[in-house]
Amino acid sequence: MTTTSRWRALTRHNLFWPIVVLVALLLVNVPFTPDFFAIRMTDGHLYGSLVSIVLFGSPLILVAVGMTLVIATGGIDLSVGAVVAITGALTCSYISDQSDQDALAGVLLAMGVGLIAAVVCGLWNGFLVARMGIQPIIATLIIMVAGRGVAQLITDGQIITINSEPYKLIGGGYWLTLPFSIFVVAAVVAVTVALTRRTALGLLVESVGGNAEASRLVGIRSRRIKIMVYVFCALCAGIAGLMISSNTSAADGNNAGLWIELDAILAVVIGGTSLLGGRFSIGGTVVGALVIQTLTTTIYTIGVPTQTNLVFKAAVVIVVCLLQSPKFRAKVFGARAKTAAPAAPAAVAEPADSAPKMEVS
Amino acid sequence: MSTTTKTPTTPQTRTPSKAARLLGDRRLPVLVTAALFLVMYIGGLSRYVNYGFGDSQVFLNLFIDNSYLLVAAVGATFVIMSGGIDLSVGSVIGFTTMLTAWLVQDVGLPLLVVIPISLGVGAFGGFLMGYVIHNFEIQPFIVTLAGLFLFRGLCLVISKESIAITDSAVSSLAETRVSLGVGDLSIGAVVALLVLAGAFYLLHYTRFGRRIYAIGGNEQSALLMGLPLGGTKIAVYTLSGFCSALAGLLFMLYIQSGDPLHAVGMELDAIAAVVIGGTLLTGGSGYVLGTLFGVLVLGLIKSIIQFEGTLSSWWTKIATGVLLCAFILIQRVMTTRKKT
Repeated sequence: MTTTSRWRALTRHNLFWPIVVLVALLLVNVPFTPDFFAIRMTDGHLYGSLVSIVLFGSPLILVAVGMTLVIATGGIDLSVGAVVAITGALTCSYISDQSDQDALAGVLLAMGVGLIAAVVCGLWNGFLVARMGIQPIIATLIIMVAGRGVAQLITDGQIITINSEPYKLIGGGYWLTLPFSIFVVAAVVAVTVALTRRTALGLLVESVGGNAEASRLVGIRSRRIKIMVYVFCALCAGIAGLMISSNTSAADGNNAGLWIELDAILAVVIGGTSLLGGRFSIGGTVVGALVIQTLTTTIYTIGVPTQTNLVFKAAVVIVVCLLQSPKFRAKVFGARAKTAAPAAPAAVAEPADSAPKMEVS
Repeated sequence: MSTTTKTPTTPQTRTPSKAARLLGDRRLPVLVTAALFLVMYIGGLSRYVNYGFGDSQVFLNLFIDNSYLLVAAVGATFVIMSGGIDLSVGSVIGFTTMLTAWLVQDVGLPLLVVIPISLGVGAFGGFLMGYVIHNFEIQPFIVTLAGLFLFRGLCLVISKESIAITDSAVSSLAETRVSLGVGDLSIGAVVALLVLAGAFYLLHYTRFGRRIYAIGGNEQSALLMGLPLGGTKIAVYTLSGFCSALAGLLFMLYIQSGDPLHAVGMELDAIAAVVIGGTLLTGGSGYVLGTLFGVLVLGLIKSIIQFEGTLSSWWTKIATGVLLCAFILIQRVMTTRKKT
């Protein structure tokens, strides 16, 4: 194997360009904050920009991982933000009702109640999509609209603040010198990857996304798979909801997880998963979520007014989607692509560009 | 996709399929929504008549308080009818309030100059989204999502703070009332009704309207029939952008300020109004008058909750969600019946 062909194989790996973008974004910070990569130990905890990127990005990674599987079946879940709010509201109101908020059993029970509510939301979405055959955007719109109302109903329109040490751990606590939420995310990602890539489950999900009817005809229970991914997605959103409410020690029915569904979809798209379904990359999604969080952090650190954050995000969405469009690539890079196949037009170009090649490999 | 809006022809046959025919009637969802509105209104009357619910101004206020939502929902109707979706509505409304407030208040341009600029910017935004959707074959969902981010971001670029409008032209326009004898309407409500009438004409009596139905019904067939797919699609999104900007202007008149967080999530209200109004989300079937009833039902929920006093505002969201769900299921039952 020559070095060039090895290089080519590397650039064609589906994670290559998302990681390049991530590293580039991280490097942008160095001229502005020279000690950006420095990680120091204080009070037995690790502190540093890298740690906080992962810490603040944890809920987004969780939601995006769940969203990846939903999108892989050709669906979309708009209700995750509302599920985040419901779970946080329910858990916090349970904890605040307890006489001893530090009691571990009570906290675990409250978390269980919150997660069950999330699962119920997922079952409802899955039921509408798989059993009733309603378009996923519309089916999940119902909980997106009503869910925040339900969350506000639970908290009685207030922001419930709690003061519970065990609950603080999941979103803001430290364990083995690292933020505890990193371990939660790592566990969820590891379980998901193991289930989808070490068993046939991932293949089944992709098959349903490729053609649900054909999958059913070859004997895959495509409805059951669909319901399962919506439940999984809602469960991930529920855990993210626990993290967010735990980090702020409060449940805000109105603002918790606001717009997280859009960020999650963006993370999935940056990660190279096509919105049309049929294939997915969990690794890509994790990198995509980190890219979004790094973008936010970078905007803060280099002193660009934070309000331009959304404009940057819009630019990223547009660039990524344009480059994902075969028609756009044919129009703009058409001539060049014919003469030199592995043309790399722009850095962000390739997460999209590499995605179709996955099929071949 | 036929779209006769002429005199309703009730099934004359005495065959037992009458019920089935009624269920298959395209007008059914609109009728259901209109009936729902009536039932809710009568329910409100019987409960709060002593509190002035029967006052004709209360009814007219439905139009005044929801004028901007009606205009935005009319724009969304066009997009949904063509089989697409526009998520940028709320952001464009917010951006328009910000832009006009900034141009009038800080730059000092006269309102008559600002209005065409704002409408132009909104329409151009819609045009760009339509262009990208059609020419690069990217899903409308994701393109308009980018639009949502972009316009909300631009709001914040103009200013993080809200801008109160003290311009005399704006306040006199906002306070102008058109008397109807039994009560009065604001300029915003009149504009909204004119937009509704224009949309009604455009959708049901012009070639452009038929094309929208055809494309929403089956894009492939429409293309094979030789309909100008691209032009129509781009025009639909341009129209939606224009309507959103106009809705933003009405919202600005209603609130008399620009705020970067105005109308967050209003695209969902607009989509909900369209769905409750009986337009099929898969495209190709529906009536713009249904959208009016959708908006009125949503507005009536708000009024009733206000009259109730004890109920809290989040019940609006829950009630909207429940209604949305009910109407989606009705639509679903109807479409399956039609196929079999």
